[in-house]
Amino acid sequence: MQIDRLSGGGRIDRARKLSFRFDGRRYEGFAGDTLASALLANGVRLMGRSFKYHRPRGPLSAGPEEPNALVTTGAGAAADPNVRATVQELYEGLEAAPQNFVGSLRRDWMAVNDLLHRFLGAGFYYKTFMWPSAFWERLYEPLIRRAAGLGALSGAPDPAAYEVAHAHADLLVIGAGPAGLMAALTAGRAGKRVILADEDFALGGRLNAESHEVGGGAAADWADVAAAELASLPNVRLMPRTTVFGVYDGADYGALERNTDHLANAPKGLPRMTLWKVHAPRAVLAAGAIERPIAFGNNDRPGIMLAGAVRTWINRYAVLPGRRAVVFTACDDGWRTARDLRAAGAEVVLVDARPGAGSDEGFRAIRGGAVLDTGGRLRVSHAMLRHAGGATDAVSADLVAVSGGWSPAVHLSTHLGCRLVWRDDIAAFVPGDRLPPGMQVAGAARGVFSTAACLRDGAEAAARALEIPPAAAPEAEDGATGVSAFWHVKGAKRAFLDQQNDVSVHDLEISVRDGFRAPEHAKRYTTLGMATDQGKTANILALGVLSELTGKTIPELGTTTFRPPWTPVPIAAFGGRHRGKHFHPTRLTPSHDWAAAHGGDFVEAGLWLRAQWFRAKGEAGWRDSVDREALAVRRSVGVCDVSTLGKIDVKGPEAGAFLDFLYRNTISTLPVGRCRYGLMLREDGLVYDDGTVARLGPEHFLVTTTTAKAGEVLRHMEFARQCLRPARAVSLVSVTDHWAQYAVAGPGARELLQGLVAEDISDAAFPYLACGPVTVAGVPGRLFRISFSGERAYEIAVPARYGHDLFDRIVKAGATPYGVEALSVLRIEKGHPAGAELDGRTSAMDLNLGGLGAKKAAPFIGREMEKREGIQDASRPRLVGLRPVDPKARITAGAHLLDPGAEARTASDRGWVSSVAWSPELSRYVGLGFLVHGAVRKGERVRAWDGLRGLDVEVEVTSPHHVDPEGSRLRG
Amino acid sequence: MRIPCPFCGPRASEEFAYLGDAKMMDRPLDGPSWEAVFLRDNPPGRHRELWRHEGGCGAWLVLERDVTTHEIFGAELAERALAD
Repeated sequence: MQIDRLSGGGRIDRARKLSFRFDGRRYEGFAGDTLASALLANGVRLMGRSFKYHRPRGPLSAGPEEPNALVTTGAGAAADPNVRATVQELYEGLEAAPQNFVGSLRRDWMAVNDLLHRFLGAGFYYKTFMWPSAFWERLYEPLIRRAAGLGALSGAPDPAAYEVAHAHADLLVIGAGPAGLMAALTAGRAGKRVILADEDFALGGRLNAESHEVGGGAAADWADVAAAELASLPNVRLMPRTTVFGVYDGADYGALERNTDHLANAPKGLPRMTLWKVHAPRAVLAAGAIERPIAFGNNDRPGIMLAGAVRTWINRYAVLPGRRAVVFTACDDGWRTARDLRAAGAEVVLVDARPGAGSDEGFRAIRGGAVLDTGGRLRVSHAMLRHAGGATDAVSADLVAVSGGWSPAVHLSTHLGCRLVWRDDIAAFVPGDRLPPGMQVAGAARGVFSTAACLRDGAEAAARALEIPPAAAPEAEDGATGVSAFWHVKGAKRAFLDQQNDVSVHDLEISVRDGFRAPEHAKRYTTLGMATDQGKTANILALGVLSELTGKTIPELGTTTFRPPWTPVPIAAFGGRHRGKHFHPTRLTPSHDWAAAHGGDFVEAGLWLRAQWFRAKGEAGWRDSVDREALAVRRSVGVCDVSTLGKIDVKGPEAGAFLDFLYRNTISTLPVGRCRYGLMLREDGLVYDDGTVARLGPEHFLVTTTTAKAGEVLRHMEFARQCLRPARAVSLVSVTDHWAQYAVAGPGARELLQGLVAEDISDAAFPYLACGPVTVAGVPGRLFRISFSGERAYEIAVPARYGHDLFDRIVKAGATPYGVEALSVLRIEKGHPAGAELDGRTSAMDLNLGGLGAKKAAPFIGREMEKREGIQDASRPRLVGLRPVDPKARITAGAHLLDPGAEARTASDRGWVSSVAWSPELSRYVGLGFLVHGAVRKGERVRAWDGLRGLDVEVEVTSPHHVDPEGSRLRG
Repeated sequence: MRIPCPFCGPRASEEFAYLGDAKMMDRPLDGPSWEAVFLRDNPPGRHRELWRHEGGCGAWLVLERDVTTHEIFGAELAERALAD
């Protein structure tokens, strides 16, 4: 039964009945309702329990500023907590549940907290749960977290889809109240591209909530006509249900559009929300104003509401929130509410804190009085009034409407650092003069309160922004809004300022007494202004009280900082489609499908997926596969996809000179048809990256980079080319994705490849470090005789589209496919430095590569800084090989190197173990590491100490080349 | 933020990679000084910065930007700036 629904009026569609459930009970409402208005129509006032004291609460406001009426919609993984019932549109079948209670909403066991409020005031847990400190994490915090809080997340992955999208406009209008509509009309009629965004589903703002006229008809009708005209303009985009939540540099605005939260059956494929990045060189902020309450005793009971919200319930939703109303006000706005209430059939007692306010209007008006306290358990039942003379009396009331004046919604104006200015005449902050570039503020958001003035102001703001004439504003109410600064009723107990965080006037008194006097400190100490509503109805009130307590004026105190977002935005909306496997793109190697079909087990390497090993039949663990693959390379022949290495074509008459500048060693002397190892330094003289350089023609080099640094090295080379210009006639192109490239390694590599390529690749024709074009099954390819394993090895490249086929042919010709794990085992056995050794802290000398380019005359990046004393210091840790003395013992990468007998502490640290592998060739663990004076300590014994894993192993210092130190296998 | 690329027009800043102070370009070819490598001024106000249009044409740009307001005054090709 919609017992509190008025028989006529409202902006609801009585022909469309909607049924919904709240707290397990079924109700009916109408299209055009919010969840809150429909519940109120059904006589429901209690909608939730408060954060700390579990006090019964109903809606305070009728809009996005709502602190109390938070509910959970949906169920299971789709459950959405902390939804404001005052914003949630009603739809057929809506399911909503109240939050934060134990037992039932009407009988909440945690309400015992309210009886203990004397002990639970501001800062109580800082003072109470001091000892023993170990109890904090295990006992106190979990208890507090369970007792206090808002709704809970399901913990399951969000099943909804989200989207991120971009939009552009000449003018973004934020808010579709009277000012916003006029701004949009001004710009839209002038042919400008306009986006008009409003968080409400109905455009019009307060025009939908007031009983007065605009342009000779109902205000809401004028709003409908204006919206219809805007909708007819092709250059105007109306975005209802869209909250502009943040302002960013470069005239960018963040906006959240809710696409499906109001639909019983959302069309398939429509994302739940769209996060818009709106670029608009000009914007009009017409966000309106937020009414503030007055703090009096027990001012939080269900049925105590903002006066403007009461008008919204009556005029927009045709809901009468009470029949015996007390209106408590310190401004003229309360009188409007009293009139609308009376017109809707309620008895009204008006209490105005201002002596001598208003004239006789036929209802009881108490001037210079106050509401001192209220009674009632789950709904307000009476109010205790104090008259100007000090006498008190109790008035029966099922509704208390309260208005302490309006605070402009200035939040978005401050996101780029604009300071607010205090205006005594309206007792509120308005935006200052350093607004975000391109932004104008119009209407109530800058303290212009009458409807007529808002209409004019909106038109003029758009006209100023775009240098066009303003649209003519219709006739409208133009009354002044008298307001006096009135924050709280003195002598009242349990007078709440921030209802969402249960912060009262008394809590602020404690805060000031304990020394937290500045707004930023008081906020942290009391939690005032935190949580989902960020104190939208509380902040100014609290500043007023703080001002009285500290004797400072409000502008002296200043506000806390408003940051984006204006209202909560789900993290999922920022993520958009980038979740799960779409979190980032996945790069697949040319042999990926082959590997997937042949037991390949993949590992992420940056964006790449690479096979780390290929499991063969009967292999129990990964080590079985890796050992088999590594031994196959040492004994016969293996093939590994190395296409992920960065490949950069360097072309031009000065390509050689350019590369001389980039590499520590000389490249320009490389003959055509030969490869060379190349080492790049950073400007600070430490090693940056390594790879091979192949000269394919007099003016054509192909350089490779490590997989991880492929993009970064190209950027670095382009920086050198464009910004340092060591050589002019040179160009760079990344060809990483163009070529499938496979390492074919092992004693049988040559024989295998000779069967695949047309050219003679005998050792005489194609010696170690040769490179050149080859023909592979009729396809032009390239062959490089380079080795990472220490075995006779080649890398063969064909255009990527032939990669799958070539890999298959190589395997069918007898090669064992091996993955990156075996690749790593082989390079550690051979002592080649890789990622763990090129960690950005090592020099060429540290890596025993000091001889590379030692006699080079030409300048190169890093040459000067490498001469620094600290880098030349002979006592720096040097790359060494390490083997456990006990062949059965295990060592670990990351272990510290200590001298025998030394205590395990920082001062006795002598280096570290960088890479370790089980060597199937040597049947023992082998490692690489960096040891102080390592060059002259071969044969000595040190300890690999790993405190994390509890290992302390005696190791022998060796050459890094655990396998074939002479390099005879390499050259064949 | 939008960065005016001389080749591609105004593009979203996400397409660009930042490197640092454009003074890095004043590098003698035989090597910069210790101070030039490690010390940077960081005054409030206008900076000349190196950005690369990584997700676009690949050009390195010298961008003039106010680091207190993030206002961007313009960008020119690094190669052009070097020639000036």
